[in-house]
Amino acid sequence: MAAYARTETHIEVHKFHLWAVVGVAVAALLIQSFLPVYFPRARMLDLPLLITLYFGFSQRNPSSGLLLGMMIGLMQDSLGRSAIGLYGIAKTLVGYLASSFGSRIDVEHPLSRIGLTAAFYFFHQGVYNLIQRVLLGQHENFFSPSLGIAAGVNALVAVVLFPLLDRLRLPS
Amino acid sequence: MLAVPGRHRSVALLTFVLVAQVLLLAGQIRQDEHQVRLIRLWAVGIVTPFERAGTWTISKIRGTWSGYFDLVHTKQENGALQAEVNRLRVQNTQLLSQAAEGQRLATLLGFRDSHPDVPMAVARVIASSADGSSHTFYINRGEKDGIRRNMPVITPDGVVGKIFEVFGGASEVLLITDKDSGLGALLAGTRIQGPIGGSGDPFVQMKYVSNDETVTVGQEVLTSGEDRIFPKDLPVGTVTEVKSGSPFKQIRVQPAAHLDRLEEVMVLLMKQESITKPVSTASDAAPGGTSAAATVKREE
Repeated sequence: MAAYARTETHIEVHKFHLWAVVGVAVAALLIQSFLPVYFPRARMLDLPLLITLYFGFSQRNPSSGLLLGMMIGLMQDSLGRSAIGLYGIAKTLVGYLASSFGSRIDVEHPLSRIGLTAAFYFFHQGVYNLIQRVLLGQHENFFSPSLGIAAGVNALVAVVLFPLLDRLRLPS
Repeated sequence: MLAVPGRHRSVALLTFVLVAQVLLLAGQIRQDEHQVRLIRLWAVGIVTPFERAGTWTISKIRGTWSGYFDLVHTKQENGALQAEVNRLRVQNTQLLSQAAEGQRLATLLGFRDSHPDVPMAVARVIASSADGSSHTFYINRGEKDGIRRNMPVITPDGVVGKIFEVFGGASEVLLITDKDSGLGALLAGTRIQGPIGGSGDPFVQMKYVSNDETVTVGQEVLTSGEDRIFPKDLPVGTVTEVKSGSPFKQIRVQPAAHLDRLEEVMVLLMKQESITKPVSTASDAAPGGTSAAATVKREE
């Protein structure tokens, strides 16, 4: 079964098997919770975010992008200790915006992927912290040096990861 | 039914999804925070078997690596190994001694001796939190193993945290370094009390200690038992930084347990209420407060 990806404009969209989307998302969540046990520094990675971004960029369908982001975010919330919905909202917005960007600008070039991934990482953390402040009354710093490092690391991982995921695309 | 124009469908969907999640968050604020939500139960139920399998696989790979690949050069190393036999014999004696010491440490400050009725369960760490902002991890023991919420989790080195959520075959442990974590503590030797709180980084903070008190770098920090969760006099950590603050001192403590490299932990299968007998303290045994675990005396 093919995952749906349509846009109103004539731009190239990429399709994936539904099992590929689900499998990659579940694998990302598993790795996200498993890797830091053996490599504590892997905690700065946000693989579920990268997966949300990738499928958003590729499918270029805001509806499917936001739904995928929501599901991945809610699963991530469920596997953590935070209130359920924090990552859900942040990744819903990321999925929606990534899909929208994907249909307007070039997201295939590695430099573009680095810049967009880093920018979306900051955006994601900003939304997360904002929700914590506004809805839960928990005050977190909006920016810290470690956040910048994490954004850079995630962007670099995205450059390696995205071409691997490109292989899952169905032939157009 | 509300008719939504096609081009605005995704915006409408986005609004609906966001509002639904905000309501979900609002609902959680009103609910009892200790209530395990169904989605969390499902997610952990789905993921835990894979994590168990992953842990098992990695332990096997490690075993294979050390047991086979490291032996590729056995022939070349054989001579050197032969020469080391004598040294290893000596080392073996030392290891036996250390193993005995390990057993003593495992009793954690004579706790088991003082409380033979309090069982401990050894658990393996199978995953950490997928939420990068919280310091939690999952262990392979759950409700069916007798694990209950708020049970203390320790290692022979010191306090690790407490059971935060319990599932069928797994439990979530809240580390003492988590921002929402807290425990009653005191300074060995001076017995100055102050709660320990996590700050989200690898260190913890000792709070509400007056500027008039004397606190020195290197002092041992022990549990006070005041929190009704952790038994008295378990090692928490060592003071690494002391600053005068307003109105209290700012005391940074390095946790005694190696929280970034946890593979096995012990869960004390008890409620603090069950502890009635005082445990002989490290400070009683060692006024300087050093090597608390090793120097505690057993009350006869």
